[in-house]
Amino acid sequence: MSAAAHSVVEPSSTSKRIAGTLIILYALISMIPLFWIVATSFKTPPDSIAYPPKILFTPSIEGYCNLFTTRTRQTPEYINALPPAESFCDETVRKRNMVIAGPSNFLPRFLNSVIIAFGSTFCAVFLGTLAAYGFSRFRVPLADDLLFFILSTRFMPPIAVAIPIYLMYREVGLSDTALGMILLYTAVNVSLAVWLLKGFIDEIPREYEEAAMIDGYTRLQAFRKVVLPQATTGIAATAIFCLIFAWNEYAFASLLTSGTAQTAPPFIPTIIGEGGQDWPAVAAGTTVFLVPILVFTVLLRKQLLRGITFGAVRK
Amino acid sequence: MSEIRVQNLRKEFGSFVAVQNSNFVVNDGEFFVMLGPSGCGKTTTLRMIAGLELPTGGQILLGGEEVTMLRARERDIAFVFQLFALYPHMNVRKNMGFPLLAQGMPKAEIKQRVEETARLLRIDHLLDRPVSGLAGGDRQRVALGRAIVRRPKCFLMDEPLGTLDAEFRDLMVHELRELHNRIHATTVYVTHDQHEAMAMADKIAVMNHGVIEQFGKPQEIYDHPATMFVADFIGSPPMNFLKFGGGLQKGAREVVVQGANVAVPEIREDFAPADFTLGVRPEHIRFDDGSKLRGSIYGTEYLGTTQIVAVETADGMLKARVPANVPLRTGDQVGLTFNAQRLSLFDKASGRAVMTSAREAANG
Repeated sequence: MSAAAHSVVEPSSTSKRIAGTLIILYALISMIPLFWIVATSFKTPPDSIAYPPKILFTPSIEGYCNLFTTRTRQTPEYINALPPAESFCDETVRKRNMVIAGPSNFLPRFLNSVIIAFGSTFCAVFLGTLAAYGFSRFRVPLADDLLFFILSTRFMPPIAVAIPIYLMYREVGLSDTALGMILLYTAVNVSLAVWLLKGFIDEIPREYEEAAMIDGYTRLQAFRKVVLPQATTGIAATAIFCLIFAWNEYAFASLLTSGTAQTAPPFIPTIIGEGGQDWPAVAAGTTVFLVPILVFTVLLRKQLLRGITFGAVRK
Repeated sequence: MSEIRVQNLRKEFGSFVAVQNSNFVVNDGEFFVMLGPSGCGKTTTLRMIAGLELPTGGQILLGGEEVTMLRARERDIAFVFQLFALYPHMNVRKNMGFPLLAQGMPKAEIKQRVEETARLLRIDHLLDRPVSGLAGGDRQRVALGRAIVRRPKCFLMDEPLGTLDAEFRDLMVHELRELHNRIHATTVYVTHDQHEAMAMADKIAVMNHGVIEQFGKPQEIYDHPATMFVADFIGSPPMNFLKFGGGLQKGAREVVVQGANVAVPEIREDFAPADFTLGVRPEHIRFDDGSKLRGSIYGTEYLGTTQIVAVETADGMLKARVPANVPLRTGDQVGLTFNAQRLSLFDKASGRAVMTSAREAANG
């Protein structure tokens, strides 16, 4: 038996270096699709479908222009007769014998995504925090069964109930509404929120609230002034998980929204250019779509890490 | 007026009885300690006085007012927790001002009161520090400050020195008592540490299995324990127990232990023949070669001015506290005599103390 198997000594610098190299390599490989999407968003349509694929290319913002606008084809004579182009996009588009007809649907769809994802995250975390506090602090009859019941909504993939929900929503008029989507995503996320937050709130000693209640506050005041400030880490971690789900959700969104309430995920693949998919515009849409979640995650990455390792590093 | 009166207080958790019909009165300005091993019901009693637990039965009166079922915030009491429960997201000043804020006190007045209290506790230089970086003793002072600042009817403390290291604990015991001498607030203090209890209390209640075994002044409890549990729990090393049999007659001044006649305080009640126990504190044992009660020295523990001597007798090990300069060798045969007026007698079956002239004089 080798002694190394039980060794608790610091790993050697060589093995650390090898491990580091492997991790960096893995990270790079994982980031290739992301890199490819961002790169494609800056290519011209011909470059984007060139074979062999172009790694070095002249960057263009045509994809972004096409993403945010709708265009119509015109004759070169008509275009030449126009006054000089007002914007960079105008100029780019005219080179392809087209003029900008108006804004595209991307911005409203993106705003739908923001409203629905953040709205449902707020609802799920709000309800989850109250429920988790209740389960954590009070003797709830059948508490274990209720918690199991709450979790049981996660036993099957949500999409398994897509058809009943579709029919139900059509009946009650929630189809293609932001409210409907917020309700749906809240329902899916609230179970995760209750379970995650219960763990976080369990970790906050009861003495803090008891001290506050003796100091002259009601339970609700004690909850707001003493428990909530200490649960912010857990709430942030839970919010990120809920937000990522609601932001990225595709299946329900494509089934239940088609017009006014459509979110960005089902919209982006429908961006069609002339003569096939407009890949740079699709890639530009994806890139723009990535930004909010990236910012949110970077801002709260410490909490996210704690959320992920939660339970593994209990004292 | 802030006397605390507890009447027939009872608490059950399901089928487990945590507190059984407790009765006691803490007079205004008294420092009262509830002492007992963990799980004896002392913290539950304290939490019921605070309003953090509701009793199953009985009554609690604060300053003559019935508060049994009132909410904690309606009782005007302050509570110091074992782990201090300082709000980690607030600094020292905010922690101490928090109870005043609840009363809707104007900001300027809060500031003044907090600073005044901080000076009293000598933590005024820490007011703007976060609580997370404070040392144990300072956290303790802040927790006390948060309690004192409101000038409540009474203070309740749940093992507030339990997490401090020994050095700080001695210091805080001294500070707490000194503080009490200055502000004279009615205090209920829970601990399992007999040294803390003895050093600080005006009155002590010794609890075991949800029952108050004895309620009295520290000296009463030490000198005349009401039960064998109290005798064994208080004192370090605890009281020695020697078995003896036969009946007890009113007026007797002697009992027979291991064939030796031992003088005891005059017995004041009759007992049918049964098993009894003679209780003797280590410091009331003397070595006397003339005594018929004999043992051999098993070992000694040197403590500077005194030494604790373990003596093996026919009835097991006894511990005696004798001056350090008495020369003793392991294996030596010694005779033992006891200070008759300081002995306690117990009925072994019930553990209850037998009434004697010495007990009567103390209770008188």
